[in-house]
Amino acid sequence: MNAPKELLYTKSHEWVKKLDDGSVLIGLSDKAQSDLGDLVFVNLPTVGDSFAAEDTLCDVESVKAVSDVYAPVNGTVTEVNEILLDTPEAINQDPYGTWIAKMTDVSGLENLLDADAYVAICEEE
Amino acid sequence: MNLIFETSVLGRGCSILPECDVPVPVLPKNFCRENAPRLPQLSENDISRHYTALARRTHGVNNGFYPLGSCTMKYNPKINEEMAAQAGFTAIHPLQPEHTVQGAMEVLYQAERALCEITGMDAMTFQPAAGAHGEFTGLLLIKAYHKHRGDLKRTKIIIPDSAHGTNPASATMAGFTVISIPSQEDGCVDLEKLKAAVGEDTAGLMLTNPNTVGLFDKNILEITKIVHDAGGLNYYDGANLNAVMGVSRPGDMGFDVVHLNLHKTFSTPHGGGGPGSGPVGCKSLLAPFLPGPVVKKQQEQYHFETPEHSIGRVKAFYGNFTVVVKALSYILTLGAEGIREAAQNAVLNANYMMKKLGDLYTMAYEERCMHEFVMSLEPLKKETGISAMDIAKGLLDNGIHPPTMYFPLIVHEALMVEPTETESKETLDEAIEVFRSLYQTAKTDPQALHDAPHHTPVRRLDEVGAARNPKLHYSF
Amino acid sequence: MGSYVPSTPAQRREMLEAVGCASMEDLFSHLPQQVLLDRPLNLPSGLSELEVRRIMEKMAARNTVFSSVLRGAGAYRHYIPAIVKQVVSKEEFVTAYTPYQAEISQGVLQSIFEYQTMICELTGMDVSNASVYDGATAAAEAVAMCRDRKRTKALISAAAHPDLIQTVKTYCEGSGTPVEIIPVREGKTDLDKLSSLLDDSVCCVLLQQPNYFGLLEDAEAAGKAAHAAGAKYIMSCNPISLGLLKTPAECGADIAVGDGQPLGLSISFGGPYLGFMACTNALLRKIPGRIVGETTDVDGKRAFVLTLQAREQHIRREKASSNICSNQALCALTASVYLSAMGAEGLQKAAEQSFAKAHYFAEKMSEIPGCQLRFTGEFFHEFVAQCPDIPKVMDALEQHGILGGLPLEGDLSGCVLWCATEQNSKEEIDQAVAIMKEVCGA
Repeated sequence: MNAPKELLYTKSHEWVKKLDDGSVLIGLSDKAQSDLGDLVFVNLPTVGDSFAAEDTLCDVESVKAVSDVYAPVNGTVTEVNEILLDTPEAINQDPYGTWIAKMTDVSGLENLLDADAYVAICEEE
Repeated sequence: MNLIFETSVLGRGCSILPECDVPVPVLPKNFCRENAPRLPQLSENDISRHYTALARRTHGVNNGFYPLGSCTMKYNPKINEEMAAQAGFTAIHPLQPEHTVQGAMEVLYQAERALCEITGMDAMTFQPAAGAHGEFTGLLLIKAYHKHRGDLKRTKIIIPDSAHGTNPASATMAGFTVISIPSQEDGCVDLEKLKAAVGEDTAGLMLTNPNTVGLFDKNILEITKIVHDAGGLNYYDGANLNAVMGVSRPGDMGFDVVHLNLHKTFSTPHGGGGPGSGPVGCKSLLAPFLPGPVVKKQQEQYHFETPEHSIGRVKAFYGNFTVVVKALSYILTLGAEGIREAAQNAVLNANYMMKKLGDLYTMAYEERCMHEFVMSLEPLKKETGISAMDIAKGLLDNGIHPPTMYFPLIVHEALMVEPTETESKETLDEAIEVFRSLYQTAKTDPQALHDAPHHTPVRRLDEVGAARNPKLHYSF
Repeated sequence: MGSYVPSTPAQRREMLEAVGCASMEDLFSHLPQQVLLDRPLNLPSGLSELEVRRIMEKMAARNTVFSSVLRGAGAYRHYIPAIVKQVVSKEEFVTAYTPYQAEISQGVLQSIFEYQTMICELTGMDVSNASVYDGATAAAEAVAMCRDRKRTKALISAAAHPDLIQTVKTYCEGSGTPVEIIPVREGKTDLDKLSSLLDDSVCCVLLQQPNYFGLLEDAEAAGKAAHAAGAKYIMSCNPISLGLLKTPAECGADIAVGDGQPLGLSISFGGPYLGFMACTNALLRKIPGRIVGETTDVDGKRAFVLTLQAREQHIRREKASSNICSNQALCALTASVYLSAMGAEGLQKAAEQSFAKAHYFAEKMSEIPGCQLRFTGEFFHEFVAQCPDIPKVMDALEQHGILGGLPLEGDLSGCVLWCATEQNSKEEIDQAVAIMKEVCGA
């Protein structure tokens, strides 16, 4: 299964990409998008809101399901990917190229999984 | 076919109202709307034909078999419609003086007495307009009861994972935290899990019995006792009452509050999604909290009264009154024996169909069912790729409304079949033949079922497209 | 005994045999003995259709059907075109369930899509749902749409219908939403008080137009005040009045709700009616209840389907913001047929005539000594008037088959809330005024 090595992951299928300025991008893994099926809406978080790791960050909708996206780390949302408002299917098409939110003042990165550990967990499921 | 707006022709119309016979004062411009609404401009004939065409594209109980599980799509008797359409019921104002609406109040009173007898409850409100509305009301009664006793820590409602989605949604709306407990493999409540879940914070339990897989939970008395012993109350979701009316009463099973779906059990039509009626009955301990007003009888006179600790209104006026008229007409027709007979035949029809399909289709539960049964299409899907959805779509080509699909969630590829008592053996036999032949088609020509339906006014729809780019009204 | 069970005794025996049961009772033999009812239900025996008819007709006859109704207060008697009842009694519409199977439910789905369009046209809003239970519950659902983590308090005008206020309060009690009532001054929502109540804890302001006393509110000003404080603005409207009045959209509303009963539904002792709900595009994903959308089928044909279902209880379960699963489809159909028969012109006529008759009635009534309008503001088709000896006036009207206005209580005791619609002819109004004159000794 597809899980790029340079990213970090959560058990709840979010990915995290560290940026040079210390902030992170957050998205949904390939497994998450494939389990959810065709996404029809992404309910983006509000810029400026702070979250603790495992808080509900936002939710995504497919035709027959809504799933929460959890904050992988502690931090504050500084930017959201507004392209998703019009094209939620971007997550289906390119899960690792499509971020949902950017967070700063990040802590708790050490609790995330690396790609191998994440793949191992998915295979157990 | 055309939308009504596409049929519209500028300058056409019906002549409904006379010219005004009093002077028309001028309304100051700052109160007036800028543009007239773009409503259709049609002759009466246009309207009549438009809706006749829409009716032809609609499948009702009147058109054919409708075994939609947990919805109790029984025949809707015509006498009920006629009785509810009398001017004496439709042309009376909800705020008329009580002495001018004694007949309407008698309807509410008699319906309350009869439904309390059928459910084993003591008092009832007719305000809730539907089952989900009833759930919300019943849960507020439970909340008010604990609060009134100063027992403020009871904040949790226990709901089995096999429950209908409205149960947890209603509990949240009423301000409770939902504790979901896993069901046993047979869909019944796991007593050990329940014992572990109850405690000082238990406000109550929500349950339907027969449960959502169509089985009667044999441990029901133990279940309700566990909750009572923990200080909680028991809520009965009446969605499946058709299976047991006249045979067994929620009140005798240990339930304290119930909602009924008059549009299921008591034969009032569903109207394409409503209006329904979801009266809530309760034991006397909850009666002081009912929404007001309720009808009381004193020396042959009826009057309205608001219960002492009423939770307040959940709807304007007294609920969907003419729906209650229809239900009362039904209860009077059936009487004590007829109600029991209906339940018996509902159970007989379901068991008969289950028996006649059991050799081909995989039943989720093998034991005797109540008024409905659940099949799992999972083995067939593994073998042929044909899903519950495909079988459902195949039924459409045969003039049968499909069973409830993909519910309850605890059964994979579920089809839930509820024939009801008003279907004849001939109808059941025909439907059984259709189900059996679809099973064969799944094996011999699965593509035909993937492509089904073939003969309906439209075929399978692009639901993803509808949700991604919502188009929710006509673009002029 | 009446029965709708078609199977004959012979067929029942055959079916029992097939399932391996000896008798009908045997079907329930697996139930615990203690929960089986050991006696017949304590109900009368079943009856034939003719007997049922006699009983139900007798009950209906115990109600007084007034030939002339001058009472509204949330239930309005308007003229219902003949085509309306004919269309909505078509058995397909009456006996169908919620249109889950779109392929065989295009009729119901298209009718709801058309209804949604008409509600958008009436209110000027972007999006309408397929209707909810009634106007009061629509208001309660609208308040729930506005609540968020930071803003939890709802402000409701005291000049809204009392049943609406009570229903909103009950719903808010459930969800833990604090409700504050905006006081009235001279029959209208006190906008100064509104300003002082607004702060950043307020999620919404709810106003009724025309209000409970029939008066026209300064709806735009209230909306501006709400928005300035960052709150949403909900307007509860009488749909007939929208044939004439500024739309909620023009007044800046985020959500428009109301009771659809005046649109072709009989008053029926309070129900069934329907609640309409419409909102801006920004709130699209928050509106509860069923929504029908346009799409295409595999052959590219236009088709309609229940959509945006992920908002709903059957998917969200305890996370859903509303538990509603039914709409009042047949009532929504009634409203659509009514609006089609009336057209924009007919609707405007109904609104204008209701307005005109109420004003004529108010003027004539004011000529009676002791009777006078309680408030001075502009009104639509209802008004509050002081009236001497109300019980006597009501009795006298009743004896002539006229249902007088609604006697008010509390601060307004000694006053009556009157209503006139296009149904009330000049002759009827003149007669009512003459009777009142006589009672008041003029």
